[in-house]
Amino acid sequence: MVTLTQYLILSGILFSIGLVGVIVRRDIIVIFMCLEMMLSAANLSLVAFSRAQGQNGLPNYDGQVMSLFIITIAAAEVAIGLALIVALYRAKRTINTKDLDTLKD
Amino acid sequence: MIEIENTWLLLFLPLAVAACNWFFFGKKGNIASLVSTLACLVTLIISIGLLGKTGEESFTWISLGNAFNLSIGFILDDLSTRMMLIVTGIGFLVHVFSLAYMKDDESKARFFTGLSLFMFSMTGIVLANNIAMTFIFWELVGLSSYLLIGHWYKKNTAADAAKKAFITNRVGDFGFLIGILTLWALSGTLDFSMMAIPAETCETLVNITLLCLFCGAVGKSAQFPLHVWLPDAMEGPTPVSALIHAATMVAAGAYMMVRVQTSLTVGAFPELTADVISIVGAITAIIAAFMATQQNDIKRVLAYSTLSQLGYMVMALGLLSGESAMYHLYTHAWFKALLFLGAGAIIFACHHEQDIWKMGGLFKRMKITSFCFLMGTLALIAVPFTSGFFSKEMILEAALHKHPALFWIGVGVATLTTFYMMRVILVVFFGKERSKNAEHAHEVGPTMTLPLIVLAVLSIISGYAFMSDNLVPFNGFSAPEFHFGLPFYASMGALALGIIAAVIFYAGSPEKDKLSNNWVSRALQNRLYIDAFYDKVLIRGVQGIGAAIIDCLDQFLIGGVIVGGIARLVAAIGGLLRKLQSGSILAYTILFGLGMIAVVFFTVFYSCNN
Repeated sequence: MVTLTQYLILSGILFSIGLVGVIVRRDIIVIFMCLEMMLSAANLSLVAFSRAQGQNGLPNYDGQVMSLFIITIAAAEVAIGLALIVALYRAKRTINTKDLDTLKD
Repeated sequence: MIEIENTWLLLFLPLAVAACNWFFFGKKGNIASLVSTLACLVTLIISIGLLGKTGEESFTWISLGNAFNLSIGFILDDLSTRMMLIVTGIGFLVHVFSLAYMKDDESKARFFTGLSLFMFSMTGIVLANNIAMTFIFWELVGLSSYLLIGHWYKKNTAADAAKKAFITNRVGDFGFLIGILTLWALSGTLDFSMMAIPAETCETLVNITLLCLFCGAVGKSAQFPLHVWLPDAMEGPTPVSALIHAATMVAAGAYMMVRVQTSLTVGAFPELTADVISIVGAITAIIAAFMATQQNDIKRVLAYSTLSQLGYMVMALGLLSGESAMYHLYTHAWFKALLFLGAGAIIFACHHEQDIWKMGGLFKRMKITSFCFLMGTLALIAVPFTSGFFSKEMILEAALHKHPALFWIGVGVATLTTFYMMRVILVVFFGKERSKNAEHAHEVGPTMTLPLIVLAVLSIISGYAFMSDNLVPFNGFSAPEFHFGLPFYASMGALALGIIAAVIFYAGSPEKDKLSNNWVSRALQNRLYIDAFYDKVLIRGVQGIGAAIIDCLDQFLIGGVIVGGIARLVAAIGGLLRKLQSGSILAYTILFGLGMIAVVFFTVFYSCNN
């Protein structure tokens, strides 16, 4: 039997890998993938809580519904995010975050 | 017929005329000049009427509690009424002369306004019944002198000379003001009639007081070491030089000292003060006479001559012989005004040529002017039985009794005086014409010659007892009996020596000065480098120190520390904060991540414990 703690640890590891990836990588596509991984980590913990809170052999479905919402919204977000990246690439001819510092001005 | 009350009219009429000219006749030079001249005539008539009257009247002008009242008033005695006659008499003749001399000047109204203002100020000095009032009018003559020297202010030299005169006088006036305040502290009053120095006063304090007062006279009467302004003041119109810088204002220093001597009594003057005064006078007399021998501008020769004669007067003051100082002041006023007006007529005739080496042969072209100028010269070089002779004799007599050394300096000055005046006469009036301007010269009109003739007569006869006993501004003056003695023989020797030397060097129409082009001549022409010394050392030094202080305050304290410091502080903080706004997504992400960890950390480990 896999305990809640083990799920949460895995979720934390996934989240940390995603966060480190967002911080250290320069390629904006990879950063985007890492972001998705962090979302997945959140989903995993939600599903784990859903199982752990279950009663009478049935899980608590609130957590699972929430993760479904998250997946849906993440899909929309990916569509917008990739569109933004394409637009950014067309404008700047680069997807390296080091060269994207015009916010300063 | 003329009452004492008319003195107020005498004092304030010129002021009213000056104001009237300035406000109403600014553009109407002819009216302004006539109004000024008529006012001067009226003051002359009042002065004649006041001769011999005595009295005192005053009103409080400023009252500062019970301790101090500043009053404006007049004191009438032989000293002031007779001095007034000299001032208004010469003033009137100069006004008349100016009518012609300034005929074509474009700012005639301003000139006559200045003259009227000067007449007002000078009247105030002469009539003042207290020394604070003297000081006020003392500054006013300084102001009018400034305005008149700078009359042709578009010429740089004139503007500079005006400034120089004013500032140099301020140096002396500073001492004068300290002297007035110490005198007030000592005697408790500023009124001449009540002034006295208490007997138990420490002598050093008396010395300081009197020498500070003398500082004022040094400035106004252009004594060494403040003599530098007078020769430069010749940049003003010639009538101004005659009235202000020869006859009246420069004599105000001597007049004020005599006024103080009269009210404090001669006995109040300690030996040290007297010696300092007479030595300053003697130094001025001798160096100015030397410098006069190598000047080529006719007005400058006369200016140095004035310095030298003022030196005589101051020397006489120091010898505690106020009567001889005033006697010389009185005769000098007539003949020096004559010489200046004569020089003015010559300059006018030669189309404003002032260099004596471009004149020559003027005697046959301008007979009246030349004759009058000659009369003035005879009086100045003290030819026997002219006015200058009597007064100079009296000073030499006083010097011989007290300080034989000063007597011999006086004789030396007399020799030099004869020499430089004969130089001018020989070069300007005799020989050949040295320029076109001199060839085209012709006699000036009667408006100019009349004042010259009157002054010429006065400069011969004013020394005789029937005139001098009634007109020399000194209480109880009587001209001394003439007698043969050492002063007479010495001054005759000086006269002969001076004439012979001048004839040797300058007779026969030389083209150039035979004595020039050597180091002595250059030193004398450059005023013994005294002006250069003041300019290079004193003025630069003072300005340098002042500039350093201002620089320190302005650049370092205000600019550097206060203004720049605040700016730098803000910039430093801004620079630090700007590093946060790097624009790099990476940096923002790191901060975001750290912030998130911090939020989680605090939420989990702190808030749950509550």
